[in-house]
Amino acid sequence: MARFEKTSMNGLSACAALIRRDLTLTFRSPGQAINPMAFFLMVATLFPLGIAPDREVLSELAAGVIWIAALLAVLLSLDSLFKSDQDDGALDQLLMSPHPLPLLVLAKVFTHWLTSGFCLTLMAPLLAIMLHLPAEAFSALMVTLLLGTPVLSLAGAIGAALTVKVQRGGVLLTLLSLPLYIPVLIFATGAVNAAMQNMPYSGHILWLSVFLLLGICLAPLAIAGALRVINE
Amino acid sequence: MLNVVQLSCERDDRLLFSNLSFKLCSGEILQIEGRNGAGKTSLLRIIAGLSSSYAGDLFWNSQPLAKVYADFRLDCFFLGHKPGLKLDLTPLENLAWRSRLANTAVSREGLLAALHRVHLAGYEDIPCSHLSAGQLRRVAFAGLVASQASLWILDEPFTAIDAEGVAWLEGLFDEHASQGGMVLVTSHQSLSNLKGNLRKLRLETFAAEAYIEEAVFEKRGADNGQV
Amino acid sequence: MNWTFFHKLGSPKWFYDISGKWLPWLQVSSLVLILVALVWGLAFTPPDYLQGNSYRIIFIHVPASFLAQAVYMMMATAAAVTLIWKIKLADMALKVMAPIGASFCILSLATGAIWGQPTWGTWWVWDARLTSMLILLFLYIGIIALRGAIHTTEAAAKACAILSLVGVVNIPIIKFSVDWWNTLHQGATLKLTEKPSMAPEMLWPLLLAILGFYLFFTLVMVLRLRIEILSRERKTRWVKELVS
Repeated sequence: MARFEKTSMNGLSACAALIRRDLTLTFRSPGQAINPMAFFLMVATLFPLGIAPDREVLSELAAGVIWIAALLAVLLSLDSLFKSDQDDGALDQLLMSPHPLPLLVLAKVFTHWLTSGFCLTLMAPLLAIMLHLPAEAFSALMVTLLLGTPVLSLAGAIGAALTVKVQRGGVLLTLLSLPLYIPVLIFATGAVNAAMQNMPYSGHILWLSVFLLLGICLAPLAIAGALRVINE
Repeated sequence: MLNVVQLSCERDDRLLFSNLSFKLCSGEILQIEGRNGAGKTSLLRIIAGLSSSYAGDLFWNSQPLAKVYADFRLDCFFLGHKPGLKLDLTPLENLAWRSRLANTAVSREGLLAALHRVHLAGYEDIPCSHLSAGQLRRVAFAGLVASQASLWILDEPFTAIDAEGVAWLEGLFDEHASQGGMVLVTSHQSLSNLKGNLRKLRLETFAAEAYIEEAVFEKRGADNGQV
Repeated sequence: MNWTFFHKLGSPKWFYDISGKWLPWLQVSSLVLILVALVWGLAFTPPDYLQGNSYRIIFIHVPASFLAQAVYMMMATAAAVTLIWKIKLADMALKVMAPIGASFCILSLATGAIWGQPTWGTWWVWDARLTSMLILLFLYIGIIALRGAIHTTEAAAKACAILSLVGVVNIPIIKFSVDWWNTLHQGATLKLTEKPSMAPEMLWPLLLAILGFYLFFTLVMVLRLRIEILSRERKTRWVKELVS
């Protein structure tokens, strides 16, 4: 039996293959990435219609509205993160891989962030203009979104893994994930609001970075564990 | 070599099988038979390490399987009910990510040759969504051909495969076994064309009657109350 | 170390037998303690110089809040035991504790709201403690919902265990964030339950009430656990003999 070199490839190249696969899939059916972005825009549009189109009122609410809309858009896209793999059997191949599952899972979450959180971040200035966010808060909004949306993907992926076998698990996923999102929401909007009042917000940014580091270290373990036990 | 010792599996308060022991040495083909719901898929998933709801011992090359899963997975190819292919990707792209994930470095030429062997030459750049169920199975078998794993665990591989394909697949098993590989397969087919070391195992033989079920429950409860 | 005791404790049958002996003691002691504490607290302690009589709700509010948080910690412990030692009883405990903890959460929120009415003139204030308690309730709801959604017992057990552990890692972060958010927005000036020094005549009945609530929780948990044991072990001989 021909034995192959066990060290010929490492986990990172498997991760690269996964990232490439998921990105290709997103390009082939771009709805996965575009629909949450459209949702993001629409939710933000509802607020001026539902509250008031006043410049003052909206600029006061802008940070919260943009962040809550982004959070819901990420949640919406999380539902299919592992479920599509579960449906076509690709998840078994992932679980059968000799590479460390937390690493592979991290690659999947990274791709998810790239196609959801990152795109939302790029779109955020448009919403900020529509909602009259003061110009001095733009950079704070962008930085918090860049640091915060990966945390949303990581924490939400735990819920996505736990609900991978639940039929119509979208609402359940929301129930599981939203409490975990609260700290990110608090510090991110806090930073933007501080920036609006020309106050320093580096403390908020540091805390968001801490959450991101914690998420990168711990969430893949929880996600991998959840995928293993749910798939029995 | 795979060694299964005194394996029992319980699903939702139903004991599927108990005291199941068998060995699978290199060059052997083992066919698991059993009616629907007998626990064939559960058995394969337990051996593949996808499920841990069992009692008993599993050994891989005389080592406890739980300790050598990383090695085991390098040397094992698992194919479940679903072919595990992304419909938006082409067969070639699917094979590429799967071989990367399984840590088998296979070149484009190697994958093309594998597709050729499963009679899908010319289909390499057509999205899998355009292929039939049987053709999708064949793409998955191309992964099997390309993989260098010694143990093949295949759950109902003959589903959606035509008669010619069945004969071809049996030939593939034979070839793998003659090279020292192992095949663990569930199927309702009789696998009549196999020349090699085919053994059959009927799962019902190990199905527990009600009284055994109780005894096992009792024993477990008294022992340690473990899940 | 001798693990036989540990494993014996994990045996459902053994627990069912021994807990049957605890029941009467738990019933009597929790009832007596809660009654004494409430009569003492509601009728015999002097009124508060600031809040008058309305503060007396702490004799229910504070124990309920304590329990709501403590039950989550116990669930996380049970979750760790479920995942590490695979002890079935720990998962059963995890399952039966979630609705009890959620009930204490609701009780704490409701009494907090009732207390808020005379104190702040409104039913709900975005006070840091109340908000944290509300989020804790969300965590409980998540676990209960997840348990209901997964049909395989073993998978549900492990999934809920993982979720409980994820939750317990997040509780300090959530609490810290909410406290920080609250100081930023300067909500209530008068904090519930935060007294610089509590008069001993108020403290004693409060401690009794907390102890009583703990005993009551143990009683309810044991009762629910016994039912859960019977339903999960219904196929074993001892349960069949017990019910026939």
